[in-house]
Amino acid sequence: MTEGEIVGSYIVPVHPHTVLVPEQNEGWQRLRLAFDEAAQRIKDADADLLIIYSTTWPSIIGHQIQANPNPEWVMVDDDFHDLGSIPYSFNIDADFAHAWNEANEKRGLKSRTVNYTGFPIDVGSVVALKLLNPDNAIPAVIVSSNVYANRSETTVLAKACLDVIKATGRKAVAVTAMSLSNRMFTAPIEPKDDKIHSLKDDEWNRKILEFLGEGRLEDVGQLSRTIHKQIRVQKVVAFKPMWWLSGMNDNRNNLTGEVLAYEAIHGAGGAVVHLDPAASGAGDKEYDEDDVEYFAGERNVLDAEEETEIIVEATPKTSGPALWEPTTGADSVNSDAAPKPVGMYPHARRVGDLLYLSGVGPRQPGTNAIPGGPISDGQGNPLEYDIKAQTQAVVDNITRILEEAGGSIEDVLDVTSFLVDMDRDFSGYNEVWANTLGRVGPTRTTLAIRALPTPIAVEMKVIAKAPKLN
Amino acid sequence: MCQIAPLFEAWVYGRLNGRNADADIATKHVALSMTQGEIVAGCLAPHPPHLVYAENPPQNEPVAEGGWEQLRWGYERLRESLKDVEYDAIVLLSPHWQTYVGTHFLGLPNFKSLSVDPVFPNLFRYHYDLNIDVDLTSKIHDKAAEAGLAVKMMENPDFRVDYGTITTGHMFNPAWDKPLVVISSNRSRDYYSVEVMQEMMIELGKVTREAILESGKKVVVIASNSLSHRHFTTESAIPEDMSKEHITSHAMHLWDMRMIDYFRTGQAQRILNEMPEFTEQAIAESDGGGLSWLLSTLDVPTYPATLHGYGTIIGTGNAIVEWPERDHKEASQ
Repeated sequence: MTEGEIVGSYIVPVHPHTVLVPEQNEGWQRLRLAFDEAAQRIKDADADLLIIYSTTWPSIIGHQIQANPNPEWVMVDDDFHDLGSIPYSFNIDADFAHAWNEANEKRGLKSRTVNYTGFPIDVGSVVALKLLNPDNAIPAVIVSSNVYANRSETTVLAKACLDVIKATGRKAVAVTAMSLSNRMFTAPIEPKDDKIHSLKDDEWNRKILEFLGEGRLEDVGQLSRTIHKQIRVQKVVAFKPMWWLSGMNDNRNNLTGEVLAYEAIHGAGGAVVHLDPAASGAGDKEYDEDDVEYFAGERNVLDAEEETEIIVEATPKTSGPALWEPTTGADSVNSDAAPKPVGMYPHARRVGDLLYLSGVGPRQPGTNAIPGGPISDGQGNPLEYDIKAQTQAVVDNITRILEEAGGSIEDVLDVTSFLVDMDRDFSGYNEVWANTLGRVGPTRTTLAIRALPTPIAVEMKVIAKAPKLN
Repeated sequence: MCQIAPLFEAWVYGRLNGRNADADIATKHVALSMTQGEIVAGCLAPHPPHLVYAENPPQNEPVAEGGWEQLRWGYERLRESLKDVEYDAIVLLSPHWQTYVGTHFLGLPNFKSLSVDPVFPNLFRYHYDLNIDVDLTSKIHDKAAEAGLAVKMMENPDFRVDYGTITTGHMFNPAWDKPLVVISSNRSRDYYSVEVMQEMMIELGKVTREAILESGKKVVVIASNSLSHRHFTTESAIPEDMSKEHITSHAMHLWDMRMIDYFRTGQAQRILNEMPEFTEQAIAESDGGGLSWLLSTLDVPTYPATLHGYGTIIGTGNAIVEWPERDHKEASQ
């Protein structure tokens, strides 16, 4: 069997106007025609699966996947109920839904399928399926948008879906049902008066569409948090569909994009965008955060009383770059009691009355083990680790280097600390700091960074007073 | 463009730019001596579907082994408190009918269908059949429109009533023998701020009160919302396993207790004053406007409310509270 793939991706608006009353506004009509064009392209691509990620289906308990093979009901929008009703009867691929659910769980996500008569399929999904798949010829699957999911979790959700697509040989189309700017007019308007709510929203929407038109999907994903702050009302579901859609496209920035339509729907920005997987040559991805494979976040609140075993003992073996002997020079300070460098540099260098230390991590001299455990295994899978133990080991290594120079920890003047997970680790790191370097009193700067060369969570760059030479 | 939009926008920005909110809130409404209408009680009556699930009523498909008894007993005490009180209708604002284009009202005499909770479909699949007091609904709607609020009647017979309305409706009155007025939750907090939301809900509360008093009817008003609202993000294998149930954090507990203290000591004005901080810090469901609307409808009561129960549901804080307005008639007429 040939490995499955994404044969196309689409971004479509959520409000019911395009289904119920496109004729009432020229812009709504253009959106409807763009939907029709997208439906034809999906048909021409011989797609055999439609996957809908809808922002109008929020979930709290993990991710929910529709698994009723034939959900039927009549949908009425909470706001635009006066436009009419939308009867639906969809063709859902329940087998795929169950397989995706299992793939989610294998990747650490909380997930479940839903298969209940009368389950209220959300307006975004209803609009997308009614218009992109009008004759129900292509089986579909719908996934919720978890209100608490961050970028890494949403990316893992996409990767789990890709696992199943590839394993089952499907030719899938990924669809996000979403608005761009989602600020609507807060009072009724006449259809003819519809426009984007503000010039600012319109300008942001056009910038997003410029990126998408160039196939730069990952760039939009990286801007998602900024976009949310700029043009989204404070709803619990953020601009996260771009994270999912980018994940579904291997976080690529060189897709072939085309904006089929962009119009206002009651003030919100609605666009139909086609992203073809054919490389446009516009640029490759520049991924700015960890490329997470497994979700290891806060998803076990109910089990919080079950303490996680913290490995404080040094682990015997870790992956990472080759070790080097510290370089030597007239001003160099090197110590056998400190871990070996991972490049061509000394442990420290004396310049006048100051000592400049190379970045110091928690690795142990001799064994290269990491107290508190490494943050990931050799395959990049995340592991539980103890930031306090790592931080204490960093301080111990700094002490050893300073003592090699004839000084002590009391000589530290300024520290720049690097954490790979500020949210998770700052508190524990800060606690150890308070009991060690904090009592010495150096100035300090703490930065969050994407990664360090070895699987460690913390590193410190130190400037200290140099002991007087005899 | 129709005329109501600029009127509404002007109202919002007028409120934002200079009107003294505290003075407005503190101003007691003018009594309407020509009417016989009465608010007999105001209630904070939250809507977690877990409570209906745990009760095992015949209308709900899933079957439970019990659970959340503290809250269910609280609802029993509320029902007992009102058992001998005559009233004609229930006016209810539900945070789960979320509207962004103004405030909406169920506008047909009857709604009958199946309500499936999109978040907890495993717990709540309820067959409902409820009646609407369209006359009273229209009165409130019209007064709100006159006050410059954006409002709309929901008259689509295919519309499914939200599970918040159904849950509170069932727990408050399982016989379903009283007609309802159902008001949507206008998400103006999302569009503007808690302050603007509250200004609008206070205005809606005032016109709700006026319409009730002019209607000649005896009414119970209900805000269907919880207090702190930080959920757990996982569900135990047995949802009703009470060994897993507790508040999500100490901070949430402290906020809940602070609000309950205000309820029990007649400090409604302080609740309104602290609503922005409470709503933001406790991620409270008061963001939907129900509590502000309720207190305004009750004319910002200064007498103690009765706490019938408090408990947590998947980590959120829920209080069942009654303001026995019938015992303070000077306040409602």
